Amino acid sequence: MIRFDHVHKRFPDGTVAVEDFSLEVPSHQVAVLLGSSGCGKTTLMRMVNRMVDPTSGSVWIDDDNVADLDPVALRRRIGYVMQSAGLLPHRTVADNVATVPVLEGSPRRAARRRALELLELVGLDPGIADRYPSQLSGGQRQRVGVARALAADPNILLMDEPFGAVDPVVRRDLQRELQRIQADLGKTILFVTHDVDEAFLLGSNVLVLRKGAEVAQSGEPSQIMAHPADDFVAEFIGGPRRRLHTETRDGVQAVIDAEGRVTGFVDQGAG
Amino acid sequence: MRWVVANWDQVVSLALNHVLLSVLPILLSLVLSIPLGWWAHRRRTARRVLLSGSGILYALPSLPLFVILPVLIGTQILDPLNVVVALTLYGVALMVRSCTEAFDAVDAGVRDSATAIGHSPGQRFRVVDLPLAGPPMLAGLRVVSASTLSLVSVGALIGVPSLGYFFTDGYTRSFLTEIIVGIVGTVVLALLFDALLVLAGRLLMPWVRATDTRREDR
Amino acid sequence: MRFLLSALAWILDPAHWAGPTGIGARLGEHLLYSLLALVLATVIALPLGLWIGHTGRGRAIAIGTSGALRALPSLGLLTFLAVALGVGINGALLPSTIVLAVLAAPPILAGAYAGVEGIDRDVVDGARATGFSERQIVTAVEMPLAAPMVLGGIRSATLQVIATATIAAYLGLGGLGRFILDGLPVRDYSQMLAGAVLVTVLALAIDGLLLLLQRSLVTAGVRAATGVET
Repeated sequence: MIRFDHVHKRFPDGTVAVEDFSLEVPSHQVAVLLGSSGCGKTTLMRMVNRMVDPTSGSVWIDDDNVADLDPVALRRRIGYVMQSAGLLPHRTVADNVATVPVLEGSPRRAARRRALELLELVGLDPGIADRYPSQLSGGQRQRVGVARALAADPNILLMDEPFGAVDPVVRRDLQRELQRIQADLGKTILFVTHDVDEAFLLGSNVLVLRKGAEVAQSGEPSQIMAHPADDFVAEFIGGPRRRLHTETRDGVQAVIDAEGRVTGFVDQGAG
Repeated sequence: MRWVVANWDQVVSLALNHVLLSVLPILLSLVLSIPLGWWAHRRRTARRVLLSGSGILYALPSLPLFVILPVLIGTQILDPLNVVVALTLYGVALMVRSCTEAFDAVDAGVRDSATAIGHSPGQRFRVVDLPLAGPPMLAGLRVVSASTLSLVSVGALIGVPSLGYFFTDGYTRSFLTEIIVGIVGTVVLALLFDALLVLAGRLLMPWVRATDTRREDR
Repeated sequence: MRFLLSALAWILDPAHWAGPTGIGARLGEHLLYSLLALVLATVIALPLGLWIGHTGRGRAIAIGTSGALRALPSLGLLTFLAVALGVGINGALLPSTIVLAVLAAPPILAGAYAGVEGIDRDVVDGARATGFSERQIVTAVEMPLAAPMVLGGIRSATLQVIATATIAAYLGLGGLGRFILDGLPVRDYSQMLAGAVLVTVLALAIDGLLLLLQRSLVTAGVRAATGVET
């Protein structure tokens, strides 16, 4: 369980990234922080592993206030995946995945064996274990990033727009892969994105944030979709684009959006 | 201070000589390095030859070079021309690299669009490549200026007059004040030259200050 | 050409190699002076440069100081220190080492902080978030990735130090500069030129050795990561 208790963050330059934020993410669930860039969502996420310390308020993992924990030890037991993967370019894929176990003193041979397993888990050919990150595609690098985050078998995963830098087709693959892994492992995941479809696909609980990490609406995806709390949320999740109706066009049932564009057809066989 | 006042005429004449010996190498190294740098930027083989050649040139110690040059170019050993030629060689050694890298760093997109809207190669060089390569070249020239002013004084060892004379003379007489005057004089000249170069850069490249200048120096 | 040949003849004359004033001994002295200064400069400038690169603090001061040091004339500093420390010929090693170290420090410093600064910030951020301690970030991430630039800085410092160590002879010390300064008053061009050639060859030889060292020390991973062809 992750709990934010009235956290507030003001950076030294005076900008307030987080006004007053509280949230409880139950264990084994995926909570998504959804918002546009600069809304404070990444700052919130980085408070969990103390990459950022709140100016006031506290963040709890189970019964521990993270402020009381040693940041380095804390980070080693929390998986972290970032947009650029952030792999060490001078180490091989296997060494990158084995980073935390080796830091924690696990023997190299065991760490490597574990790394190869993890590569398979995230859908990579273990044959790439001895390549360097610069020799991989963007999608492969992200998978390695996920494998690295899982290496120490953490209970918590923090994912900061992990699929933001890859093309849409690869992104779909990675999202499906994450769903599969999550079904197996049941981690507590805090996921940050600005992609509405991604948020609704992956999140069991989605928080739509405005500037200053103010919660505009939170709830299950279907709830937010069906009943946006206000114009801001409605606009953010797609507004008129998502208000669809059907009309008969050229003898088939066409799905039309609020601006009159055909977005699809009703599947007659299924109907 | 009293010593400076008493020897003011000598200080001025040596400083003047120092400036004269420095200005020519600094300007020459810029003028010679722009075409050489452009050449190295365009041609692979020219690049390899020029850049490794300038590396070797820079490995030549200054004092011996002052001594070797008269032998090679047929001047007298005490001819100030030796110092000028030697310092120009050093200046070029540093500047060719700066100029090559400066031309390399010009945004290919900008260059491309200049060609696309109809600049001839010559126009493109004058209007796009040269001005955009200006800032890193200026940074290189500032290094050349500082090192030239410092190296001129080594000429004192072979008797070419400059502020370096105060070092050798002060050393033989164990007279600290004189040495300090020489050092301060050289540093003041270096700062003056640097300020002039920065000023010239601002006048010639007014857009630089409007954009990012974080990496103007290395 | 005639002078160059006579200089070569001077160098090849076995009589000039033996004894405490021979080429062999002078070569050794020259290397010793250079090494002392380089070690001193590295011990000070390398940690400082890594620290500046790691923390991002003190960069402006470092650039300013390096620029000022570059403008400081080596010969002036040498004579100043020799007179100010009042050391005479026997203690002349101290001022000459300081002067050469002052010369060597700026490129080493610049190589170190530019090398660290040039690392992708996401890589460092990722390492920190993964649980590297600050010390581990410096030793396991920043140092290997900055290595090509650090070694490049040391190489250029070495080149300058070996070339400039000739002026140590001015304080009555040994080294290859002896041949140049001894030849000057008696117009012995062969000897002076021989000294000049020896210093240049030494500088280039050491530079070549360092290049080989740089190649062997920079691992395949760092090469792949930084795209440096050393």
